[in-house]
Order: sequence, then structure tokens, then C-alpha cells
Amino acid sequence: MTGTPPRAATAPGRTPTNLTQGGQTKAGIGESTLRPDGTLKVTGEFAYSSDMWHEDMLWGFTLRSTVAHAEIRSIDTAEALATPGVYSVLTYDDLPTDVKNYGLEIQDTPVLAHGKVRHHGEPVALVAADHPETARRAAAKIKIDYAELPVVTDEASATAEGAPLIHENRTDHHIGHVPHPNIVHRQPIIRGDADEAAKKADVIVSGEYVFGMQDQAFLGPESGLAVPGEDGGVDLYVATQWLHSDLRQIAPVLGLPEEKVRMTLSGVGGAFGGREDLSMQIHACLLALRTGKPVKIVYNRFESFFGHVHRHPAKLWYEHGATKDGKLTHLKCRIVLDGGAYASASPAVVGNASSLAVGPYAVEDVDIEAIALYSNNPPCGAMRGFGAVQACFAYEAQMDKVAKKLGMDPVEFRQLNAMEQGTLMPTGQPVDSPAPVAELLRRVKAMPLPPEQQWLTAGAGADVRALPGGLSNTTHGEGVVRGVGYAVGIKNVGFSEGFDDYSTARVRMEVVGGEPVATVHTAMAEVGQGGVTVHAQIARTELGVQQVTIQPADTQVGSAGSTSASRQTYVTGGAVKNTCEHVREQVLELGRRKFGTYHPAWATAELLLEGGKVVTDGGEVLATLADVLEDAAVDLELEWRHRPTEPFDLRTGQGNGHVQYSFAAHRAVVEVDTELGLVKVIELACAQDVGKALNPLSVVGQIQGGTTQGLGVAVMEEIIVDPKTAKVRNPSFTDYLIPTILDTPTIPVDVLELADEHAPYGLRGIGEAPTLSSTPAVLAAIRNATGLELNKTPVRPEHLTGT
Amino acid sequence: MRVTFTVNGRRQEADDVWEGESLLYVLRERMGLPGSKNACEQGECGSCTVRLDGVPVCSCLVAAGQVEGRDVVTVEGLADFAKQRAEGGCASGVCGTGLDEAQQWQARPAGSRTGEQAELAPIQQAFIDAGAVQCGFCTPGLLVAADELLERNDSPSDADIREALSGNLCRCTGYEKILDAVRLAAARGENRTAGQGA
Repeated sequence: MTGTPPRAATAPGRTPTNLTQGGQTKAGIGESTLRPDGTLKVTGEFAYSSDMWHEDMLWGFTLRSTVAHAEIRSIDTAEALATPGVYSVLTYDDLPTDVKNYGLEIQDTPVLAHGKVRHHGEPVALVAADHPETARRAAAKIKIDYAELPVVTDEASATAEGAPLIHENRTDHHIGHVPHPNIVHRQPIIRGDADEAAKKADVIVSGEYVFGMQDQAFLGPESGLAVPGEDGGVDLYVATQWLHSDLRQIAPVLGLPEEKVRMTLSGVGGAFGGREDLSMQIHACLLALRTGKPVKIVYNRFESFFGHVHRHPAKLWYEHGATKDGKLTHLKCRIVLDGGAYASASPAVVGNASSLAVGPYAVEDVDIEAIALYSNNPPCGAMRGFGAVQACFAYEAQMDKVAKKLGMDPVEFRQLNAMEQGTLMPTGQPVDSPAPVAELLRRVKAMPLPPEQQWLTAGAGADVRALPGGLSNTTHGEGVVRGVGYAVGIKNVGFSEGFDDYSTARVRMEVVGGEPVATVHTAMAEVGQGGVTVHAQIARTELGVQQVTIQPADTQVGSAGSTSASRQTYVTGGAVKNTCEHVREQVLELGRRKFGTYHPAWATAELLLEGGKVVTDGGEVLATLADVLEDAAVDLELEWRHRPTEPFDLRTGQGNGHVQYSFAAHRAVVEVDTELGLVKVIELACAQDVGKALNPLSVVGQIQGGTTQGLGVAVMEEIIVDPKTAKVRNPSFTDYLIPTILDTPTIPVDVLELADEHAPYGLRGIGEAPTLSSTPAVLAAIRNATGLELNKTPVRPEHLTGT
Repeated sequence: MRVTFTVNGRRQEADDVWEGESLLYVLRERMGLPGSKNACEQGECGSCTVRLDGVPVCSCLVAAGQVEGRDVVTVEGLADFAKQRAEGGCASGVCGTGLDEAQQWQARPAGSRTGEQAELAPIQQAFIDAGAVQCGFCTPGLLVAADELLERNDSPSDADIREALSGNLCRCTGYEKILDAVRLAAARGENRTAGQGA
């Protein structure tokens, strides 16, 4: 390839590689093509970011704050630096430029703490050494003198008179419209007249809900390798969700032009939003540039809990009204999200929580307010479902409460109020693609229920493995009651509120070994979602080739945007499709020039590329691609955009803010041991509209995975922060529990495909919607089993036993 | 210290091992076998599961010195291990990857980089076919654990599978397709046995 920028002096011993795949019988879109990286992953050969290795590399380690809020009086690094095997120790004073902060939207996050620390676990100093344990032990010798400050941990303490300001000198663009400097962003949504509409209500139901702080808990820890280049630049091999967003934040801190920070995506062990913000990227680059040696940083699990943002915990106040024939009259609600010490994605989470606060229902009169706080709690930002999850937990609990008060079936009540195509969002935006909310509920309700008391075995009594408490042998079925619950949710797809949400794809077509081969190069982060599979499927479908090579994602190609917001198959998939279409046109033009005089169809017919040949829409073969291309290659790099969105009005929340919506419904079946307060989820059935299933196997896998994360937050997952000290109490997999295979039930999935005419192939982003409704469905089922109100996630034994 | 043990059928030596180093660290960073994964290094997630004298263990919890003179099988050796099991053992005693080869570890050259032609253990192929691999970080540990289950029990019930894999966390799949994969490998094993008339 020409024009390759200067690289590092030596490439690492392990790097991401091309993924070449061909010869599968199921190969195009709509088929369950197998992953091109599957074999590498099952043999242990796939190069994840923590597997990066370079001869003579050093190990970096981050020293983190042991307190949540304090002035830093002094830092003494002398003893650490004198430790044998240590090459460098860096603090704030060693940063090379005046750019000392970074951030997704607001640059308020220090690369290394300066002046003060604002949350437990904030990075304060860096060490590079020849062994990871040497680096850890040297870091422990750094002496920091903290003068502790009072902590702000909730809305009351954040907005109290005289409350400490988390960021004293805010200059970001939200400061002009927030009621207090400890509020990051506020978004009201006012449509119609909720007070007036409330007068028509026969019943009014209100509730207060608390959503705990969830962690992405991806298994691959934050990690990567920075290699200093001969030109003074740096090569960074790293796991992230958006290479170009990282680059934009990294280069100014290093004082390097962007072209001297060359980034390559390394194998990503899951992300779920937790890799949208930077973690070790700048730290590794600083150490590599300082020492002149390759530096690898790998967080351990304890550090990972401090190394990424979490899901915003939330308090939500909801009031719904309904007429006695079951029509919703109005909604009033207030959502308080705790964003922690730094802004991260909080402004966008506020936009989502407010604009999706009604849920997938038609309610004309609404009065909604969502805010995000600055506090000394751990920073919160993106996680699967992004603001919509918290709202769904509350509005679905409300739907059950209203239905109960009206004496209606909860599913029928939802169906009666379900939005459909043409319904206006509370933002005034019409839903202009299929919105099969009532149908999804119907489908999930129609699935056969699992048999009662499945734990009863013929003759042998109870199989304790199938009971709440499992092998702990806590019950043999006495005191175990069953419950069934339903929920449905709505999630926006793609980045909203006027964001220029584009993607870039480069596609090359040439003949290799007599066979036409397509090469697809994007900067898309493959985080496990299967984008690499789908890109190859799209190229095969559009270009009529079998063999497709997916190049590693890097910054030598234009931005693909983020692998988040359920957007990547839509936007980068759209970019690959669009670029393939232009490549196809150029290939056909080559063919016309070469062979046009031999057959009139070159000029007159609709021509397709199929099975390595140029064919007419009537199926007549005009030429092979090998003959058309010969030694030529067609190589294009193009940007692609979905239709634009606009910001929400800051006072009324009105505006066409979203691109597309995604819908999923769940039915949960649980069994509860009412004596010990133990819950066993028996089944979590899901129905979801995916527009078009580009890869049905992957679609079902995404839905089941999302469903399980929702189950986790319902019954076990929560980062516990001490309300007095703002310290994290459970940063380990011993104490922060994620569902095991024993905690996860059968998840039957019913996939609906109602095409969205605005989207490539009619597809709908799918990754997040299943995480929304699974939590409230489980809660509804537990309420149904126990008769308890249960307004908090996760449900713990003490909530069920009143102890 | 020096540690000498067998990895995937080959005798290996690691020098200058610090007394506190885990087997996981020695495998990944000294022997160039990164297949065993470092997800929690607390013995909670199972991503680093290997066979130690045939027994599945979290290699992050095993001190490297403890494996002196013993036998380790990692995901890199799973296909060979399964093949030898099917054939009744490793006759030559030099199956697996040599240390020199392992330290020069690189992904395979272009053309076969997805390893579509690679010889896989039945459980590895089943994970690919069932869609049980998403991000894949938990996959090596699950494969070692599932292969050991099928060695003990060639037709496990769902409850048996869940019990055997309960020490392996997966954050992507929701476990359904992992169950499918183990069921698939078990069914294929039965078919093969039936086909051979055994």
C-alpha cells in the first residue's frame, strides 16, 4: 500500500491481523454466517489488547486515589523512582503540554489529578517498570499528602447551600442553563398541559423508584500497548469503542499532531459502553514517550472497577393518570441521574432519559424533567441502554400499578396505550417507521409458559439445582411461589440531538489468484457484537464475491463513529454498503469499456454482481469479474450519513432529536423462596423487532446477552458506594456479582422483522433494547409472586423478607 | 527460580520466575501462550482455566512453582489433546507447541488467518457453529471446562452443563448459545460413536 505513514521502529510480536473468510455456503445478508474471527478466538490465537507483546517492553501501573474528595498537598515520588527496575514515575507536573484534561463532550477529566481528587480511584501517578509487580510495589512507595474535603453524594448534598462545588470554574456550554453548578445538564420536556389533563383522570398513580449503579463488567480488562515511533510519534494498540474519538482526546495531551498518534484496534473483550471514555490510553503513551520503550498497561479486575464509568444510578418520581376505560391521560416525572465526579456522557444520558421517559406509549400531555448531578461518587457515563434503562424500570412499574388500580390486565392495559407508527414522541417527533409495541407484547404473552414446579422430579423429590438457592440446598420447594411479569421498552438508535453521526468505509476489489476478492477497511470497533461478520456479508451481497478480507480497524481510515447506541450495523454497515455500491458502479464501468461492444445488455440492462460474475437482472452472464478487473483494482473510501437530527429545545424539549427507535418486550417467570428471600428466574422470554436480521444467529445472541445484563441489575448487580465517604465497597468479582450460567434462565427469543424504510436493508439497531425491558419484567414477576411493592434495583433478600 | 513442566505435551522451562508469579503469568508472558485469559485474576471468572494433571484449575490461582514437573493443557493445546484422547494418547510424547515456537508466537500468515482450515477439538468447532463466541474473552476457559465435562460425561443434562460451567463467567452471550454448543458437541460425539459402531 502506498502512503503508509512512518511506523514504530519495530512492530509488536503480537498484533491484530486481517480476517479472511470465504467459501461458506451461507454467506450473504440474512444468513447466519459464522464469525470470521471465530477460529482464532477458540484456539487462543486472537490478539486481545491484553495479549499485545513487544520485545523489551515495560509495564505501566496507575496509582489511584484512596479517598473520594481531597486537596493534594504534596506528592513524593523519590523512593518509587529509586526502586530497581523502575524506569519512570510521572505525575501531573510531568504532563508535556497545557492540555491536561480530556472528556467526551466536556474536557473536565484530568489525565492525572492536579490540585485535588474528586472521586475514589482517580489516577494520581504512573509508574513504568520491567515487571508488573515491580511497578505495583514502586507505586505503593509514592507518598501523597491528602487534605480531605466533605463529599457530595446525592441531590440534596450537591445542591445544599454552601455545598462544595465539584468543578469550581465551569466554562462548558451547559453552565448557562443549569440551576446549580453541581448539575451537569438539565432537560425538561413539556408538551400539552399535564395539569389540565390530570383533571380528566379517574385514577392517578405515583411512585418513587431507585435504580442502582450497574457496571459493564466486560471480561477483557482495560489494556493496551504503546510503542514509541522513530518520528517522535507513538503507535497505540488498544481496546476501545471509537478509535477516532480517543485520538481526538489523546493527541493534544501528548502535544502531537493526530497523524503522529497511530492507533490500531486490538481484540476487545466486551465493552457495553465502558470503553467510550479513555482509560489507560494517554497513560501508556506518556510512559512510552518518556522512556523511549514500548509500554503495556493491563488493569486487574480491582482497577477495572475504577478505570471506567458506570451506569448512572437514578432516582425517579413518576405520576400517571388514566381514565376508567384505561387510557393514559398524562405523565409527570422527574429523573435525577448521578453522574459522579466527571461529565463523561451525562448530558446525552439526560437527553435520552427525558425524551424516552414516557416509554413506548401514546401520552399527549407530559411534564418531564431529567437532570444529571456532579458528585464525588464514581463517574458514570455510557452503558448499554443509556438513560432509557432507568426510565423503563420506572414507567413499567407504573404501568402495572395503574393497571392494577383500574382492575385491568397489565398486558392489555399496555396494548391499549401502545404507540404505533405515526404516534408523536413527547418531543413532538413523529415515529415514522413501524412501532409494533402491542404486537411484541402479544407475541411474548403467547409463548407457552414453562411447566409449574419443574424442580419436582419423578419419584426423587426436588432437584435442588432448579430451586431458588440452588446447590446451597436452602429449600426443597416449601415456601416457593411463582410469579409472571411483563415489560416493554423503547430505545433510540444512533447518536441523537443533532450530532453528525457519520461513518467511513474503504472497500477495495481486485483479483487474487484468479478469484475476485473484496477488502473492507473501517475504523469500526469490533467489541464482540459481530460487525466484522456483517461487513463481510454486506460485501459479498453487494459485490458478488465469496472471499472477503476484513482489515484491522485503525486510524489510517476515516472515523467509523462509536460502537455504541446500537448504531454500528446501521451506520458503518450503511457506509460499507454505500461504498460497495460505488465500487460496483466502477467495476461495471470498467466492464462496459472493455466488453460493452460485445453485448447490448451492458448498456441497456440492470446489471448485478453475483457469484463472481456480471449478470443481467434476467440472469444472463456477461463476464466474470476476473476478466473485467484483470490487474486493475477498484479502491474507494467514502463517508456515509443517516438522516440528520436536531437538538431538543432547552425549555420545552421539542425537536426531531432521534434517528430511529428499537423495541423489545419481555415476559419473566420467577420462583421466589419467600422465607429466605431468594429469587430464581425460570425463564425470560423476549420478542424484539429488528427491522431486518442481517445475521439471525448474531441477532439472537445479542438479544440473549442484553436480556441477561438486565436480569443482572434486577437481582444482583450493584456497585455499592459508601454514602458517607463516597468510597466503592465492592470492586471485585467476589463482591460485584454478575449472572453465572446457573443464575441465567432459558431465554426464548421471537424475532420480528418489520423493515424501517429509512435504514440500510430496513435494519434496526438491536444491541440495547433487550437490556431495557428485562429488568422491569423480572421485578414485575417478583411483585406478582410476593405482592410486595419493590421499587429498587437490585432486589435483595432483605427487600423480600422485610428484614 | 527455574520452573520446568509440560505444556500441551511439550517439556518447557521458564527462567527467572519470581516466586509470586502465577501459572497464568508464566503461560502468557513467558511462554507466549496468551490463550488463557486474564479477566479477573481472582479465581472468580474462570477465563484462565487450564488442565493441571487433568484437573481444571484457575491458572491465576496456581503459583508457577506449584507446577514443577507437572502437566498443563491450555486452550492452545486443546485440539491436540482432544485428538490424542480420541486416538488413545500421545505416542511420540512431543505433541504440542515447542518453547522456541511458542515464544515466536504470531497469528498465522495472511490467507489462513481466520484458520478456517485449522484442526479443532469438537467442542471448539461446536462453539463456533452454535454462535457461542461473541467477544470471545471467556471462550478459552469455557472450552477447557466444557471439554473436561464431556470427557467425564458424554451426554450431560442441561443441569449438568450448568453445574460444570458455573465457575466461568460470560458477559456477552447470556449463556444460551454456550449451552447449545455443549449440547451440539455431545450430540456429535454420540453420532460419531454410533457411526463407528462402537
